[in-house]
Amino acid sequence: MAIPLAFARDRRATRAMAVAMAILFLVAPGAAEAGDDNALPVSLTGSTGDPVRGRAIVVNRRVGLCLLCHSGPFPEERFQGDLAPDLGGVGGRLSEGQLRLRMVDSSRINPTTIMPAYYRTEGLTRVAPGYQGKPILTAAQIEDVVSFLLTLRK
Amino acid sequence: MSAFGHQRLAVLSLCLAVWLLARQAPATELPAPERRSGYDFMSRETRAMQDDDTANPGMLWVKDGEALWNTKAGEASLACSDCHGDARVSMKGVAARYPAIDAALARPVTLEQRINICRTGQQKAPAFALEGANLLALSAYLGRQSRGLPIEVVIDEHGKPFFEAGREIFYRRQGQLNLSCAECHEDHWDKRLAGNPVTQANPTGYPLYRLEWQGLGSLERRLRNCLAGTRTQVYDFGSPEFVDLELFLMWRARGMKIETPAVRP
Repeated sequence: MAIPLAFARDRRATRAMAVAMAILFLVAPGAAEAGDDNALPVSLTGSTGDPVRGRAIVVNRRVGLCLLCHSGPFPEERFQGDLAPDLGGVGGRLSEGQLRLRMVDSSRINPTTIMPAYYRTEGLTRVAPGYQGKPILTAAQIEDVVSFLLTLRK
Repeated sequence: MSAFGHQRLAVLSLCLAVWLLARQAPATELPAPERRSGYDFMSRETRAMQDDDTANPGMLWVKDGEALWNTKAGEASLACSDCHGDARVSMKGVAARYPAIDAALARPVTLEQRINICRTGQQKAPAFALEGANLLALSAYLGRQSRGLPIEVVIDEHGKPFFEAGREIFYRRQGQLNLSCAECHEDHWDKRLAGNPVTQANPTGYPLYRLEWQGLGSLERRLRNCLAGTRTQVYDFGSPEFVDLELFLMWRARGMKIETPAVRP
């Protein structure tokens, strides 16, 4: 029985490293040229999504999974999460492109986020067989969700 | 070296300094007074069900386990009690020390695996199926003998590599949802996932009766639920990765009192 207390610190170190790397990229010239707007302005499908389908995805706990962590203006949904910001008014706070980037890969904004990347299949570990090589949502589903979230203005 | 090179070197040095400082920072592990059992997150009704042996469904398995303890088995025609005597005496505190190193296997084993080692080695009987009714019953009976006693797994030089492997799993992001155990159970234990308390993942009461299961289950069954929820490849029952993770989790909950058989929602 001689394990010292300091086992959990590596993750903190990883976070500090991420911050340090972010500083590095801000300082280093020429590192911030490609799409640095914290947004993905262009539709993944080339067309606009359907907000009605988007709402159905958001409230579906096996498809969108959103309400596991988020709450929002969905009075018919009894059990909602509080691990993440309330979705009420999100369409007023964020632009279409900002919403899209947060759906596609939120870690590109915050490397330590707990929000899964909904449209990324690389860089993952031990993905269950039925889900390997597949994003959480399709491009069309993401556009539907983005369209719906934009309607949440208050 | 150019001025730009110096600048970059300075930035890299800064990064290194930040990283070294972070390594010196205190652990994010919860200090003992803040460690909480899943019991603390439950409704008054579910707590009452656990507290009252006549209402706790897990006690049905404990009774079955007691009968198995005293039943002769295998070619050796031995009952557990023939060697170990009265479990209320001989098994007191044992479950609070598992997983523990098995000398022959030179690696940690769970209490369930230890029971099977005894069955095949001493009783000359076939091993019980992992997560089967018999093994759950016996491990519930043994766990019951430690109720109220503090968890005190031993991590010595032999156990340390397995402990480290378990710790690595706890902090590793995995699955399609790319979450580690720690992201929820260390950083957000006081929040709610779809309305349910996240909790700290302190395994104080296994095997336990889960209302959602309508049955008794082991810690590994619960871990498989979490892995499936994050869309991660599950480990098999009894796999080394699970045992390593259990070793880490029990260490993390050291000092907390055993509740077996606990009840959870």
